[in-house]
Amino acid sequence: MSTVTGSSTGSSKESKGWQGVSDDWGGEIEAFRDVPWGKAMMWIFLLSDTFIFSCFLVSYMTVRMSTTVDWPLTSEVFALTVNGVHVPLLLIAIMTFILITSSGTMAMAVNYGYRRDKKKTFWLMLVTAILGASFVGMQAFEWSKLIEEGVRPWGNPMGAAQFGAAFFMITGFHGLHVSIGVIYLLVVAFKVKRGDYDDTGFEIVEITGLYWHFVDLVWVFIFAFFYLW
Amino acid sequence: MAYVHDAEKEALHQPHSFWSKYVWSQDHKVIAIQYSLIAIFAGIIALVLSAMMRMQIGFPGSLEFMDANTYYQAMTMHGMIMVIYLLTALFLGGFGNYMIPLMVGARDMVFPFVNMLSVWFYFLSVIILLASFFVPGGPTGAGWTLYPPQAITAGTPGMEWGIILMLVSLLVFIIAATMGGLNYVTTVIQARTYGMTLLRMPLTVWGIFMATILALLAFPALFVSGVMMLLDRTIGTSFFMPEMISMGQQTDYDGGSPILFQHLFWFFGHPEVYIVALPAFGMISDILSVHSRKKVFGYKMMVWAIVAIGVLSFIVWAHHMYVSGMNPYFGFFFATTTLIIAVPTAIKVYNWVLTLWKGDIHMTVPLLFAVAFIFTFLAGGLTGLFLGNVIVDIPLSDTYFVVAHFHMVMGVAPVLVVFGSIYHWFPKITGRMMNDKIGMWHFWITFLGTYAIYFPMHYLGILGMPRRYYDSTAYEFIPQSAHDLNAFITIAALIVGAAQVLFIYNMIHSAFKGKESGPNPWNAASLEWQTPQTPPVHGNWGEKLPVVHRWPYDYSVPGVKEDFVPQNVSEQELEANKVKL
Repeated sequence: MSTVTGSSTGSSKESKGWQGVSDDWGGEIEAFRDVPWGKAMMWIFLLSDTFIFSCFLVSYMTVRMSTTVDWPLTSEVFALTVNGVHVPLLLIAIMTFILITSSGTMAMAVNYGYRRDKKKTFWLMLVTAILGASFVGMQAFEWSKLIEEGVRPWGNPMGAAQFGAAFFMITGFHGLHVSIGVIYLLVVAFKVKRGDYDDTGFEIVEITGLYWHFVDLVWVFIFAFFYLW
Repeated sequence: MAYVHDAEKEALHQPHSFWSKYVWSQDHKVIAIQYSLIAIFAGIIALVLSAMMRMQIGFPGSLEFMDANTYYQAMTMHGMIMVIYLLTALFLGGFGNYMIPLMVGARDMVFPFVNMLSVWFYFLSVIILLASFFVPGGPTGAGWTLYPPQAITAGTPGMEWGIILMLVSLLVFIIAATMGGLNYVTTVIQARTYGMTLLRMPLTVWGIFMATILALLAFPALFVSGVMMLLDRTIGTSFFMPEMISMGQQTDYDGGSPILFQHLFWFFGHPEVYIVALPAFGMISDILSVHSRKKVFGYKMMVWAIVAIGVLSFIVWAHHMYVSGMNPYFGFFFATTTLIIAVPTAIKVYNWVLTLWKGDIHMTVPLLFAVAFIFTFLAGGLTGLFLGNVIVDIPLSDTYFVVAHFHMVMGVAPVLVVFGSIYHWFPKITGRMMNDKIGMWHFWITFLGTYAIYFPMHYLGILGMPRRYYDSTAYEFIPQSAHDLNAFITIAALIVGAAQVLFIYNMIHSAFKGKESGPNPWNAASLEWQTPQTPPVHGNWGEKLPVVHRWPYDYSVPGVKEDFVPQNVSEQELEANKVKL
């Protein structure tokens, strides 16, 4: 790769396994070989963001355990009645399915991006953004339904006041992430189409994808800890 | 450009107008100076607040406007500004921005635009914070830890607007620190120059690098607790607020957990101590090495000690909460981890002393500050061992012993490093030396003065004098000698505070009228002193990036013309330059 200048700067040939890790971290210029700056920065940001969501979720679990009033039965609160059939967690199941599907289309977009197939990349990113937007839309529906039923951040008829507080705060913060992701996807998609990355390469699609998969992964944890518990 | 290899191919965007050069600048050096000036400005406000508090403690009633509310507001703002808006911002945003690209041989931070946003978000957060002085009810007086329920309950000063502005300001600050921090970490990991391995970086970079990682992982806890308390205060959720009666009225809150806030706050708060301390550790190592013309003793151990302290700092937080009540086994765990931190810290102190050992010590102002730091940090660190033990902490908790401890270890000690580092790197930043004579006066007054302030506080604490009391005259258990001592401390504090005028004057005067320093007045070996221009210009290195051939501590090398070898000198050049023996 680059010129080896220092006396102790590892050998120029690529080693495998632990020796490779050691060479990378002991080497000059960069610890992650051939990783663009934006990608490294996104990973570090996501690590930091992981701590934010972890703190939110741990705080939610703490207040849920410390509150003296019973927690509402989530499978009932989040149930929908369709055609007279009472289905627990129906909407959340659909939302989860949509968000995970959007991760699939995003992964395909990354693949086509690296193949420099701009058209397919653009459309797949657009589909991802639409799926994301529909997730936010359904979340808005769910919020309005709960608000109609009297759930407020400061109290609710079903049980502990912290239920509404934690629900609106955590899903709101996640929904904000999804909304930002949708805008981010649209911007990058149109720039891909316009040819802004023809010279610099299509890593930006992967970087966008990293963010999107992260938002998706966080939802899995929110789903597990908030809705299924 | 996405890789270092492109840095020599692409043309630099040279800013031309005044605005793009000095205001909306994306140059890490200008951003660093912007960060530093805002931080120092905030710090001066906090210094004035502390002088006002000291007047009240030493001479109760001497300031007419100082009632209990004002006292608590001054205390809260003093603490928060000093810890977050001065020290964190100055070490990471100021020194981090200036030093990292120069020391690792980069043209700039990896994303200069984000870096620029960082400083303006920081500016915004300071504006929001200072705005709370002008709102009805004034700034919050909840104490810098902002513990609920008291922080957002009627009767606490600033409960109306002050606390809201404080929390919003903190959230904005965290966004700023994150944008800056991402840049610093990515620059260190991915944008070093040719030959610059991680273990050839100066310890300054290691300290700032590790501190930034701590910031990126610890600030989220403060962010979350800030959001939750903001919701509690504004829309009436009950995350932290239990069911309670305030002023004879049942509040609307119900079933929250105040202890949860303490856990979140200290999960941030303890790493925060090291966010401030680690850059100080790094910079002091470099200053000691340069001014005693010796390699840093045990460089690799110093690096691993920084890493170990950083990791350990995440599993000690509840030692701030021994009196909040917790399972004794947890107390045992947190006391053990706390005391284990003393091991890497002690390694560092030994290594600093051994760096000086038999060195060719130049008694310059930066070196004096560096040695003063070792003394102060040692004194503060040893009292930390007292407070880390549950049974010793409980009687000493919330006394002046604690005030003395944390002011010595994370107040005075890092500030001494800030001073020393400014004296040390000022020639690189401005091309001029700071005045030595004023510097000496400033040093001796500050160093001896801070000992006069904080050493007696240990004694006050063991006497049992509680901290955070607005007026201590009304209590029989506090003897007259304590009041006399407090008056003495106040006088010392006022002298030290006033002496900082010397420093400010020295900085401003030297920046324009100081003696020309040349590119490398201290004969330092690390990369930032080898820039083609002094002060370094936009892009730092001219056409070609520097190539690094050695570590930054080749001092007192036998056989070379000067006694040191800069990092960018190769073996061949060195051979050619060697004096024939």
